[in-house]
Amino acid sequence: MILGIETAVEHVGVAIGDHRGIRAHTMVASDRRHAESLTPMIRFAMQQAGVEMTDLSAIAVDVGPGLFTGMRVGMATAQSMAWALELPVVPICSLDALAMNADISDVTVAAALDARRGEVYWALYRMRGVGMEPQRLTEPVVTSPEDLAIHLADRAEDMMCVGSGFDRHTELFESSPWSQLVGRDAMFPSASAVVTLAGYKILADDTVAPDEVQPMYLRAPDAEINWKTREGSK
Amino acid sequence: MSFDVNDSTVILAIETSCDETAASVVMGGNDVLSSIVSSQIDIHARFGGVVPEVASRAHLESIVPVIDAAIAEAGILPTRIDAVAATAGPGLIGALLVGVSAAKSLALVWDKPFIGINHLEAHLYAGLLDDPTLEFPLVVLLVSGGHTMIIHMKGHGDYTVLGRTIDDAAGEAYDKVARYLDLGYPGGPVIDRIASEGNPHAVEFPRAMMHDGLDVSFSGLKTSVINHVRRNPEMSNVDIAASFQAAVVDVLCAKTIKAAQQVGAKGIVLGGGVSANSFLRSEMSRRGGEAGFKVALPSRAMCTDNAAMIAAAAWHRLKSDGPRDLDCGAYPNLKLAEVPR
Repeated sequence: MILGIETAVEHVGVAIGDHRGIRAHTMVASDRRHAESLTPMIRFAMQQAGVEMTDLSAIAVDVGPGLFTGMRVGMATAQSMAWALELPVVPICSLDALAMNADISDVTVAAALDARRGEVYWALYRMRGVGMEPQRLTEPVVTSPEDLAIHLADRAEDMMCVGSGFDRHTELFESSPWSQLVGRDAMFPSASAVVTLAGYKILADDTVAPDEVQPMYLRAPDAEINWKTREGSK
Repeated sequence: MSFDVNDSTVILAIETSCDETAASVVMGGNDVLSSIVSSQIDIHARFGGVVPEVASRAHLESIVPVIDAAIAEAGILPTRIDAVAATAGPGLIGALLVGVSAAKSLALVWDKPFIGINHLEAHLYAGLLDDPTLEFPLVVLLVSGGHTMIIHMKGHGDYTVLGRTIDDAAGEAYDKVARYLDLGYPGGPVIDRIASEGNPHAVEFPRAMMHDGLDVSFSGLKTSVINHVRRNPEMSNVDIAASFQAAVVDVLCAKTIKAAQQVGAKGIVLGGGVSANSFLRSEMSRRGGEAGFKVALPSRAMCTDNAAMIAAAAWHRLKSDGPRDLDCGAYPNLKLAEVPR
């Protein structure tokens, strides 16, 4: 059984499942209360699904890009649980999981999350159908939504757009050939998608030890940016 | 909820409130089996202070290795742990959340009680950890980069703040003066070191509010130092540092001893990062002793942030209040008298 944790966005999600499917999935819209909610939600989901700690074979966690503080709540939880249970961790990129919301065969998907400060985290995917990991066409980056719009226009192909990054800047992406998935369910990555993707990665032996999990921040701390700017101008 | 807490109760505690990632295993509330501290001082030095986002990132990198080291050094199996504690506040929210999340996860996996601890209360226990013979009531001078408080510790969980800074914390004043004199970060240790070679009477800096209750103020002192250096650029940093430190320590000692006399304390205890300062230690020892008080100077490792004091406070809290629920969060502005729920 895989425990999946999603805290990199405005909601907290916990899912439990394996290659046969999802056994439990709980989600709470819990902006800024990730730490309060997460541990009780894991306990609840495991109790309701009848899953014991000893039944777990891996802990999967969204490692961003996303909300820094939220990501760290999930990662500290996943790493500590995996360390105590002597299990591997499966780091999952938030945009990979977000793309799964548009899991339709043979379509190009643009996944974008609102990065605040007028920017978006985004990456492009080729969906290869049920039971297959989405194929990344571009690596995750953080840019202005205008830059994303220019990039999409240059590709000039039919595309499914998914995520809070589009919802936040809907006016930039209204014209065809882009179609947007709407509704809160589609806006953010789900813990179920984290578990499903982790299933693929475990088959490919793509797991890490608890102390080797790397967050995907994509953005340096402000102080570091300011410091580099100051040093550079000396 | 009743929970048997005794001399063989083993607590794993985690501390991540500021710039130290720490974990410790303590048995019976005072037998420290291990205390691991991973300091971030080097990564914050170039910024001249603790940067919250940088601190939070570093905590996440260190948390599992530090917990692992604490268990290994204690020489116990994780199954021996009876409860897991973490600092829940006050402190930097992003930093606190790393430790709280880790501790709650371990409590969940091991099916053991979790306890969220007030960092300020834990500092009061640091002195008791080093010297279990101390008797209540005590007066504790808690001085660090974020806090300056004179506390009446009447018993376990029973505290009154008698005095506090009305502006800068003592450690903050050290950092600001050190930055102005271009001495580097953190300011406390470097000023302490060079002050020992200087003349503490070179400049008689003001002792603010000296005869005015038990509160203290360091903002005017800092300004006075800066103005003096501007007017006397030829004066050596060594004498400035010694005179500045003499003013800080004079005020802290006088107010703490006055507080101890007012409440009839049986002892004076130092706590917090600034209480590692050698001049404060020797002066408090001398002047407190002359006034007839037993003065407890915890080891430097116990003065600065550590997780052993969190475990000690957790042992007492588990005994008096029982465990907390797993929906504990982080409380960045927690006051001394508040218990995280």
